[in-house]
Amino acid sequence: MNLIQIIFWFLSSFAVISAIMVLVSKSPVHSVLWLIAVFFAISGHYILLNAQFLAIVNLIVYAGAIMVLFLFVIMMMNLNKDTDPQKNIWIKLAGAVSGGCLLMVLVSLVKQATEINGKEAMLGKGDIGLIGTLGKVLFTDFVVPFEISSVLFLSAMVGAVVIGKKDSKLENN
Amino acid sequence: MHSLLNINSSTAINYLPIAIQLIFVIGFIGTMLALSAITGPKRKTKDKLETFASGIEHHGDARSPMAVKYFLIAILFVLFDVEVIFFYPYAVNFRTFAADPTMAWKTFMAVLMFVGFFVIGFVYVIKKGALKWED
Repeated sequence: MNLIQIIFWFLSSFAVISAIMVLVSKSPVHSVLWLIAVFFAISGHYILLNAQFLAIVNLIVYAGAIMVLFLFVIMMMNLNKDTDPQKNIWIKLAGAVSGGCLLMVLVSLVKQATEINGKEAMLGKGDIGLIGTLGKVLFTDFVVPFEISSVLFLSAMVGAVVIGKKDSKLENN
Repeated sequence: MHSLLNINSSTAINYLPIAIQLIFVIGFIGTMLALSAITGPKRKTKDKLETFASGIEHHGDARSPMAVKYFLIAILFVLFDVEVIFFYPYAVNFRTFAADPTMAWKTFMAVLMFVGFFVIGFVYVIKKGALKWED
């Protein structure tokens, strides 16, 4: 086992354990904190795959910004003891069975996929995912999608303000 | 073996210092917290473990639903956060773009237009008073 393999197995087990802890934790805030740990582990994987831009985006947008949104959703919901979801054993069993079925489908799909059988992931080489390479492509070949994405952000901003802001003029009339 | 001080960060091995730093940070904080938990005195009386509220007896529950205005601020934060993401590829390539006379103004205009759309959105948000704190 070389260094990269050791890091890979450490990150993978860390990600899986943290993901299980997300589900096991009683407190929703603890779940969010474990989810941040999952994102850090996945960012480590991205760096191992030399996808450095994805690693940074994953940390800044997901571990930073999306987690804030998750926390706000948790704070908006009324999570008191009396509003706990029901703990019926049959519902739990049904959830476990359906989740297991989904896992089975996913595993069998990955096993059947001939494209990835016997192939090795490129670890620590290749420069497609580097920030510099991505920037060169983004500002030469993909300028139009780049600008369109800013229009998308503009529309998201307007939508958030229209939905989330109560109109004071409308209320006065 | 790469030098640890190599500036060129084109392979994963260049992230080793960051990994070492992370391990050191987690180890240091974990050791300090464990040390203070082990060596510190513990007097767990009922009054001491009560939620501190400046000596006033606390009442009610802290888990009350938040107003939607916090959520609006959070969403706007996410949008501007994603905007910053797009500056990284430009900042990394800035010197190579500036050295190339055909690329310099083209890419600069592209970024300017990108920021322009965000400025329009920002002006809209300010004019709508979405960042105003009201009850």
